[in-house]
Amino acid sequence: MRPDIATVHAALDQLCDPEIPVVSLREMGILREVYMSDTGVEVVITPTYSGCPAMEQIHDDILQSLQQIGVHGQVKTQLAPAWTTDWMSDSAKEKLRAYGIAPPNCQSTNSSQVVRFTRRLQDNVIACPRCGSSNTTITSAFGSTACKALCKCLNCQEPFDYFKPY
Amino acid sequence: MDEPQLPLLLHLADNCLVLGQRNAEWCGHAPVLEEDIALANHSLDLIGQSRLLYQYAAELMGKGETEDSLAYFRDAPAFRNFTLLELPHHGPLAPSGSSQRDFATTLVRNFLYGAWALGTWSSLAQCSDAQLAAIAAKAIKETTYHWQYAQDWVIRMGDGTDESQRRTQAALEHLMPYTQEFWMPLAHAQAALNVGVALSGAQAQSEWSSRIDAVLQQACLKRPPDGGFVPSGNHGSHSEHLTYLLGDMQSLVRAHPKAVW
Repeated sequence: MRPDIATVHAALDQLCDPEIPVVSLREMGILREVYMSDTGVEVVITPTYSGCPAMEQIHDDILQSLQQIGVHGQVKTQLAPAWTTDWMSDSAKEKLRAYGIAPPNCQSTNSSQVVRFTRRLQDNVIACPRCGSSNTTITSAFGSTACKALCKCLNCQEPFDYFKPY
Repeated sequence: MDEPQLPLLLHLADNCLVLGQRNAEWCGHAPVLEEDIALANHSLDLIGQSRLLYQYAAELMGKGETEDSLAYFRDAPAFRNFTLLELPHHGPLAPSGSSQRDFATTLVRNFLYGAWALGTWSSLAQCSDAQLAAIAAKAIKETTYHWQYAQDWVIRMGDGTDESQRRTQAALEHLMPYTQEFWMPLAHAQAALNVGVALSGAQAQSEWSSRIDAVLQQACLKRPPDGGFVPSGNHGSHSEHLTYLLGDMQSLVRAHPKAVW
């Protein structure tokens, strides 16, 4: 039986990023394309960071999800165009904030966006996802996962993760 | 090796793998937790880049080669990385390979390599090999963060205390001669030209130089004069340190070649 593409989309939309379980693969921009081929469903994904260890889990999650709706399919990894945080939807950014991760605060194409710790960028404020204060500081440009920096709010004193522009 | 770009792919992949493995030695040992995590993150990115390159190289090679066979079942003379990247984390003439690590040596190396990598990935992102260009386009984003981190530390240590200044200057003097290899006739020069890129040309060198000079000046560090030993790791002649590094990395998989988990 030829699978119904709408059913496939609906099933894949349920899949979340394994490390940030509040945003879907589609909202993250990891899920690039879904189409029918002679051999079944082809799902195209793109890695976030080159060494992101979640990619294998994502690959397996997709295959399992297809299996559950009785569809045969394959997952292809495509590198170009390179993944960017600019693809994150506004709703995804809002979900990140609600989850306690400050979303990227600028476009990745802006070359001055790189997170640094030697001096504070006055015009590039990272708002605390808990209290909303802009009185925050970067503890380290590298955090709990490849995509995040570690920050601290000087107002509510809570540490928080920041999703780096990429 | 029939595919013309293979020597270049292996050189780039070996650079990333060897530096990634080296920096990972700080895991659990860095001066403070944040730097421990930062260096582990560098390794994750670098080894990720090497995987993409090895996967592509293996695909071109065929004959059952895989990313794992390239990383784990080649010996030191087959590796094509720059010698700079395999050196241990301590300065010259340390009594043994297990001597205490020097954070300045690690960061100055990442700084010198980062400036090179940024230029190299930017050139390769425009090359005629679509898959290599795609890998390069990803690597630029990660390298930009690594370069920024290394720069910030070089400035902070160079323009820091007398002790941090002394050690950073010493690391610079120890490592700088090794960068001469970047600009020597490269073993893979033809492979780079085949994809439309001249990697060791005068323009690339002058861009690298101005990139590091600007930071050294801010860091109150003196750039050592050119000269000294010129290594040739990219031709397969390595220091003894690579053998130990590979021994550490490859012994488990060689002892249990079919193991899975």
